[in-house]
Amino acid sequence: MSQLSSQFEEIKEKNQTINAYITFSDLSDNTSNGKLSGKTIAIKDTISTAGLRTTCASKMLENYIPPFDAHVVSLLKNQGATILGKANCDEFAMGSSTEHSAFGVTRNPHDLERVPGGSSGGSAAAVAGNLADLALGSDTGGSIRCPASFCGIVGLKPTYGLVSRYGLIAYGNSLEQIGPMAKNVHDCALLLECISDYDNRDATCVNTKKIKYTEHLDDDISNMKIAVPKEFFGTGTDPKVEETVRNTIDKLASEGAIVEEINIESIKYSLAAYYIIAMSEASSNLARFDGLRYGLHTGKSKDWNELFSNNRKSGFGFEVKRRIMLGTFALSSGYFDEYYIKAQKVRSIITNDFKKIFDKFDAIVGPTMPTLPFKLGEKLTNPLSMYMSDIDTVSANLAGIPSISVPCGYSDNLPIGIQIMSSHFEEKTLLNLGSKIEQIRGFDVE
Amino acid sequence: MLSNDFDGVKIGLEIHCQLTALNTKMFCNCSSDYRGKPPNTLLCTVCTGLPGALPVLNKRALEAAIKIGLALNCKISNNSNFFRKNYFYPDSPKNYQITQYDKAGGEAIANNGTVETNLGSVRITRIQMEEDPGKLQYEGSITTSSNTLIDYNRAGISLVEIVTEPDIVSPKHAREFLNTIQSIVETIGECDSKLDGSMRADANVSISDGRRVEIKNISSFKEVERALNFEITRQKTIQAASKMETRHWDDVRRVTVTLRVKEDEEGYRYFPDPDLPPMNISENYIDEFRQSLPELPDKRLKRFTKEIKLSEEIARILIRNKIVADYFEETLTHEYNPKLLSGWIATDIMGYLNRNNVEFSDLPIESKALASLAKSVSDSKINDSTAKAILLKSLSSGTTIGDLLKSELDNLVSFDDLPKIIDTVISDNPKALEDAKNDSQAIHFLIGQVMKVTKGRANHSKVKELIETKLK
Ligand SMILES: [Zn+2]
Repeated sequence: MSQLSSQFEEIKEKNQTINAYITFSDLSDNTSNGKLSGKTIAIKDTISTAGLRTTCASKMLENYIPPFDAHVVSLLKNQGATILGKANCDEFAMGSSTEHSAFGVTRNPHDLERVPGGSSGGSAAAVAGNLADLALGSDTGGSIRCPASFCGIVGLKPTYGLVSRYGLIAYGNSLEQIGPMAKNVHDCALLLECISDYDNRDATCVNTKKIKYTEHLDDDISNMKIAVPKEFFGTGTDPKVEETVRNTIDKLASEGAIVEEINIESIKYSLAAYYIIAMSEASSNLARFDGLRYGLHTGKSKDWNELFSNNRKSGFGFEVKRRIMLGTFALSSGYFDEYYIKAQKVRSIITNDFKKIFDKFDAIVGPTMPTLPFKLGEKLTNPLSMYMSDIDTVSANLAGIPSISVPCGYSDNLPIGIQIMSSHFEEKTLLNLGSKIEQIRGFDVE
Repeated sequence: MLSNDFDGVKIGLEIHCQLTALNTKMFCNCSSDYRGKPPNTLLCTVCTGLPGALPVLNKRALEAAIKIGLALNCKISNNSNFFRKNYFYPDSPKNYQITQYDKAGGEAIANNGTVETNLGSVRITRIQMEEDPGKLQYEGSITTSSNTLIDYNRAGISLVEIVTEPDIVSPKHAREFLNTIQSIVETIGECDSKLDGSMRADANVSISDGRRVEIKNISSFKEVERALNFEITRQKTIQAASKMETRHWDDVRRVTVTLRVKEDEEGYRYFPDPDLPPMNISENYIDEFRQSLPELPDKRLKRFTKEIKLSEEIARILIRNKIVADYFEETLTHEYNPKLLSGWIATDIMGYLNRNNVEFSDLPIESKALASLAKSVSDSKINDSTAKAILLKSLSSGTTIGDLLKSELDNLVSFDDLPKIIDTVISDNPKALEDAKNDSQAIHFLIGQVMKVTKGRANHSKVKELIETKLK
């Protein structure tokens, strides 16, 4: 038995407890030589893999095997990565805890009674629990950064348009990006280098100059201007989280960064705007799942209307149905102006506010999550409090700017992540600052 | 129906026009040549709506829409965008249609145009781009079939929808307008209206009191006039008959298409498609198309009447169909006799083709052959009526004009032999020569004698010309 396949057996064993994977690959030999040769990777199950079941953690796609690779998956294969399997997540990426999966919850490797965050919880848990070297997640409102924070790893949501969405099964397509997740900033930068590649099959993909992120990790940060919005430490922020994050910011200041507290008034509307836009888009994106061409098929019905209803009733979980209903409502005539249009107005105000801040500052820093990882089931019956946990992450999705979560400390043996945002296509700044934080925080992630 | 029966009638049209000149579908690289292909063979991840597949706009579709917009005198939008029209129906693989919208920040590719027709001008509200859905098919009939079959080959084919203001004043005007549009899109070369289902129209009719009825999915342009006539008569009859029964009419209104459609429009949950960013269309880009636009029918009409000096009536017949007008102009390059050639084409040839239900594109006479026939007349080798007889004989028998003309000319006494024959006739009829010198009408006796001697095989005008020289 080769080293890789014995390692694979160990991973499968560990997965019995963590449940990071929904489907394992057949571990086919990757003969390509590249930047990721010898690295193992878990891929979030919202990202299409040719010949490998892609479920979106939904019963609807329980038996769906895509006939094509997402653009990012082709890139990983070309760079020699070994794909271990498909990582668990909230169904269709709708959730912040990976509890809304038709394939069971994923457990946080730091505390098995706690959630790994979501929706890319399987990806984060796989990396944190040593079930993969690297992982791909997707981030619509914080779905990479939240589990990265809760699992004590690095996760980056790229600028909207940096990474091709071709093959990513859409939840809120004006908001989301596929992004890298890794133990450390260097590996995160390396994975970002590999997946940020222009793709003409995604009309929202931007053809920008390729940047070698790994070469900018040690750039000088002195005189870098950092804004700390008061709103990121609002009510509901755990004092232990606030203390750890503020400590880290102080350390950055001692390294020469110029730190200033600011206000971004519009942030208080971000959560409402985010959920309206994401759910509206979802209600339309998920309309294609009717069981007619692929996906769950419940059998013969008296007409197509009944067939669609039966398939969708049986295929979708509760949270997905809730979001489709709310999104359908927000787009309905009579409510459209009051909800969808107003949310888009808020979105452009927030985008403008961020633009103005980045005219003066290089980065915005705050906590990734307002709380420590919560217990399994703790917020499941209270959707509003679950939605509230995205309060610090969604504004980056609304503005389309990049954002990273880097582990900055622990409290009660649970990891805390610091979030950094920068201007469009300034991922370099995030990784540079993230790398500095790794050097000054005083611990290593094993 | 009397013409004043259309007083107060306002008709608006929505014309769906497939961009048949495109090789691929609107948002993917599948072939758009779907007619006659086995079901579900022209498909890919995008046009079947597989999860994770994304639409990318076919640049040719945008070009074609811009060209049509310019040809209908529209303002091209610099910031046009796509919307989703959401509805569950099995012919739509994504359960939404990618289209354009005029509200909520939507901007169609072209807006505010006008089209001139000889029954009055019609304003164009907007032209929008959208994708065609697939096709539902039934084994046997829709009522007896136990299965619905779906063919997605048509799903994703590029369409433009041309929406007019209610400026059309009669069913005849509607027909005239549709013919004009058809001729324009064919001149641009973006839509071949002869292909089955490539042009479809919806109509809305309102009468002076503001009631509006929509007639959806009229399958051919010929039926538009008929459907409109029926609808207007029906509305007017109901109005006249139920003046005292307003409520009854209201009840009828409740089940007309209009109300249902209005509810549907609001139920479509239109919103901007996040997968397709707004198109940034520069004025320079638009200008390129403006400059390369071919001569459009109304301009051609002016050129035919002003420069080529055709009658308006003949010119209109010719420009109505681009192929006909092109054919006419081709004949002129061989023999410049516009009056003769336009007359033959507009009346003799088109009359024959109409009677026999033959498309002009299937006309077996090459432009060069028709021109040679005209040249024989110009050169006085044959006269008008002989030429027309040859043309009609060629059409009905299939014998080429060349062959018919040759045997006609072979049959004639050669010009070299004519003077000798004429001299003989004159010497046999000396008195007739003297009469003809005094009375110009008397020349016909001599011509008649020559024709008699040659058994009608002499060129009439040549004979006349030669005798006239003897009279001096
Ligand atoms: Zn296709």
